[in-house]
Amino acid sequence: MTGSFLRKRSLWVIATLVVLFLFPVFLDRFYVYLAAIILLTGLCATSLNFVLGYGGVYQFHHAVFYGAGAYGTALMILKTGLSPWLGFIVGPVVAAMLGFIIGLICVRLSKLYFGMLQISLGSLVWAIIYRWYSFTGGDDGIHGVPLPDIISSPNGGYYFTLIVTSISMFVLYRMIKSPFGSALQGIRDNPVRSEMIGVNVRLQQLLALTIAGFFGGVAGALFVVVDNTVFPDMMFWTVSLELVIMCLLGGWLSYLGPMVGAAIIVLLRTYISGITVYWALALGIIMMLVIFFLPNGVLGYLDRFLKKKARAR
Amino acid sequence: MLEVTALSKSFDGFKAVNNASLSVKDGEVVAVIGPNGAGKTTLFNLITGVIRPDGGKVVFRGKDITGLKPYQVCRRGISRSFQVVNVFPRLSVFENVQVSVLSRQKKTWNLFAPSSKFAVAETEKILENVGLTDVGDATSAALSHGERKVLEIAIALGGNPEFLILDEPTAGMSPEETSRCIDLIRQLKEKLGITILFCEHDMEIVFSISDRIMVMVHGSTVIQGTCNEVRCCQEVQDAYLGGSDVCLM
Repeated sequence: MTGSFLRKRSLWVIATLVVLFLFPVFLDRFYVYLAAIILLTGLCATSLNFVLGYGGVYQFHHAVFYGAGAYGTALMILKTGLSPWLGFIVGPVVAAMLGFIIGLICVRLSKLYFGMLQISLGSLVWAIIYRWYSFTGGDDGIHGVPLPDIISSPNGGYYFTLIVTSISMFVLYRMIKSPFGSALQGIRDNPVRSEMIGVNVRLQQLLALTIAGFFGGVAGALFVVVDNTVFPDMMFWTVSLELVIMCLLGGWLSYLGPMVGAAIIVLLRTYISGITVYWALALGIIMMLVIFFLPNGVLGYLDRFLKKKARAR
Repeated sequence: MLEVTALSKSFDGFKAVNNASLSVKDGEVVAVIGPNGAGKTTLFNLITGVIRPDGGKVVFRGKDITGLKPYQVCRRGISRSFQVVNVFPRLSVFENVQVSVLSRQKKTWNLFAPSSKFAVAETEKILENVGLTDVGDATSAALSHGERKVLEIAIALGGNPEFLILDEPTAGMSPEETSRCIDLIRQLKEKLGITILFCEHDMEIVFSISDRIMVMVHGSTVIQGTCNEVRCCQEVQDAYLGGSDVCLM
């Protein structure tokens, strides 16, 4: 990789960030809200892809950590008199701990069995949250979580989301490029061989699952900031399915794929839901089209297209 | 260096390895030969911890390593290449070897520094030694079969092993690739002082590079000895040549 290419890439990143920072200046409140939701959903999908696309782990119920982060944050703010900022740390930590525990149980299983067990354990967590009225508010969820003044306005919430998402995306990127990330991708490609070269596969995966849980939790905490509510269906398994679809749609082998996928899904959901109640039908059709025509996702397709063009020149 | 005694493993009553014994001394090249299905690969799997033996012992450098996990065996200094190409298909050739070096250097828990800072010189050295420098940036899926077999060995070398197990290193290679691969194995022994245990069907290769040969039939050790001892062993001739009394080769 040449230096000029690197510089070019950082230019792109800076330009994108500048545009995102200017969003509230020229966009309506609704679109700012939508942009914040896209960012945090994209972060959640990226954290899933950390283990799915880079780790080769079939994490089928990632929304549990998203929900755990949100509930952890909201309950911490509501139930204790401590600083709300502490809630934003506790939420992701709770999610990471949950990621560790569920990972510990599931990691000895491989591929589909991992996914199935994970869905069951995640559904268990969902059921507890759904039923425990006295503590979690049950299926009513929690509304009107009191936030610090600086982030309680729509624009404040948006900027907070943008900053936290950018930092998280950067950290996850660094982790993928680190020796840890190299080993993780080795495990994805060939767990048997990874073990033969001295990698403790299960332990490596467990740490990855904990990290993924943490950043899923960060996304959940951001949802509390943007939407001011939490509800059990945040961690219903269909949400996890949507997250997986985001990764596949955007391209699970490219770092920004899940973010792109999240943007497409959130936008489509917002607009199609306005037209028809059968949003799931549209989602199913999109999924089929992706599998048939874009097996490497939107970014995977673009990548191949650009390379072809570069070679033709 | 490696002492295998009375190792056994059955699969559903079929005795894949039955009372096999083997000894490898420091700096030696030892070949395991035997007809198809004799249990050579199973023997290697047992030594490297891929499967657990039903009985018997594997002692490496005086320490019992029977039943250890593959990553633990690897950390003791035993690396292995596979008969069927078993690499990391989405990683580049360079990364394939690098991940192995990183693993040996115990860097896989480093979360924040970029991989490109570590293990680069050593990885390049290994690629140069095996002659894969030119294709370092290609993904391993883009290599020819022969190159992939060499990459197999390169990944194993990433562990900087004292003891290297090669499962049919030249299988499926063209004649030129085969002779280059043999040169490589010789170099590993002579320049790097690596002790090598390998299995191979090509008798010419076996007799030209090994110090001693172990013959396996139906999962059991028939004989282990020098090339000459093995050549004229009656039981080996029975197994290979159906009882004729002509010396092998």
